[in-house]
Amino acid sequence: MSLAPIDAATLYGLTGAVLVGIGLYGIVLHEGFIRRLLAFNLLGGGVFLLFGVIARRGAGAGFSGDPVPQALVITGVVVAFCATALAITLIERLAAEDDANDGDGSS
Amino acid sequence: MLDLALDLLITALVIGVALWTIRTRDDFAAIVGFVAYGLLLTLAWARLAAYDVALTEAAIGGGVTGVILLRASVRLKPVTTARTPIGVRVLVGLLCAVISAGLAAVVLLPVSPPPSLAADVRSHLASTGLGNPIAGVLMAYRALDTFLETVVVLLALFGAWSLTPDRAWGGRPGAPIPTASFGPLPLFGRLLIPIGVVIGIYIVWVGADAPGGKFQGATILAAMWILAMMAGLTEAPPIGRWRLRLLLAAGPIVFVAVGVAGIPLAGSFLAYPEALAKPLILLIEVALTLSIAATLGLLVAGPPETAPGTEL
Amino acid sequence: MTTIVTLFSAVAICAGIIFFLAGTVGLLRFPDSLTRLHALTKADNLGLGLIILGLLPLSGSFSTALKLVLIWALVQLAGATAAQLIARLARPSGRGK
Repeated sequence: MSLAPIDAATLYGLTGAVLVGIGLYGIVLHEGFIRRLLAFNLLGGGVFLLFGVIARRGAGAGFSGDPVPQALVITGVVVAFCATALAITLIERLAAEDDANDGDGSS
Repeated sequence: MLDLALDLLITALVIGVALWTIRTRDDFAAIVGFVAYGLLLTLAWARLAAYDVALTEAAIGGGVTGVILLRASVRLKPVTTARTPIGVRVLVGLLCAVISAGLAAVVLLPVSPPPSLAADVRSHLASTGLGNPIAGVLMAYRALDTFLETVVVLLALFGAWSLTPDRAWGGRPGAPIPTASFGPLPLFGRLLIPIGVVIGIYIVWVGADAPGGKFQGATILAAMWILAMMAGLTEAPPIGRWRLRLLLAAGPIVFVAVGVAGIPLAGSFLAYPEALAKPLILLIEVALTLSIAATLGLLVAGPPETAPGTEL
Repeated sequence: MTTIVTLFSAVAICAGIIFFLAGTVGLLRFPDSLTRLHALTKADNLGLGLIILGLLPLSGSFSTALKLVLIWALVQLAGATAAQLIARLARPSGRGK
């Protein structure tokens, strides 16, 4: 095993690793749901970038990158959006319930 | 050398914006920061020569996710939270740094030779009749993933709709972000939507042979629909309408029908008969594009908030 | 001939970058929303316009050139609309607030 050359793929891979750490920090420390969701998406961006490095290093057969991890990332981005949309709807409904309870004076 | 300098600049910007997004106290500012983060990631993907992913990131990761986050910031009251004690923050920061360091080690100590399925994709691409290897992987090699993904998109909408208040069930979703229906936005909508629809269809069509594809194109179509809703040019349909539900389900239904037909005709689920591969893939892509565009638009609009028949 | 074309592209792109730089400085330094908006729209219109103008001779094919011009036109449209919407909210007696 030898050290990877300092090229674009390595650089973006290291960026992905740092982004995962930054996102995790936000998820753990933020109290607002929206901010945690933002941090989660930030972390996701980092994970996808790591996939991008695997794809770039797997370039061959006339392709500029291995198409399989790239296809996985495209699927991942769409699924991440769906999860985010569902989470936001849940957060909004939760806030509406809280407001209604405050109005009754029951909480 | 110049290339590496450009990559250094982009990575520094991505990390800087990410840090700022996490650190700022203002929720709205954080959302704006996240959209900028998405656009910078798009540049990163372009630099990694993954243009299909770059398009997806720009359309979905930054674009539509940004709109739905803005919707939340409009509908939710800002929360003020106490700052965590410095000791805890340092401890969490250190633990996160350990995880980052672990991932960095994986990046810096790669296996050799790097794992790659590029050669296999190349040798099987011709049988799909497609020129874009990523479209080939999505529609043939990993067709089951793509099929289940379209089901996930639909399930997310079911989940969002199931949060409808009882009194609003069957009503129309409102515009994602309320805007005044006077002034420049309706004009902008009338000018842009015809062009945007053409661009969306074009992105789906070229996706067979060049960077593009149904998810990216459908997102542009969904964005045009959302713009029409926000500019007051149209309203979302009532969610109980049968034609709407058929449109939402059409993509997965066509996909699974072709998949099942593959068992007798080509020997396994989701396999295509060689001679018909390209027409069948195009058929699935057209149906999926319509369904995904409708589903994404309704996901962004959110569940209905007013009872049926009361909004106009 | 090619030297002149390359020179033209270089000059146009550099001029575009200067507009972006000035626009960004204005965005950061100007005191209120309307002046900041002024700085930003200049960068969008002229900065991007000049860069696209510089790229046109290098684009190689007519359809690529057409796409570049279309990108510029769409950014114009979006920029003008966004500027109008922000300005309405920012104006002290605006209808938006």
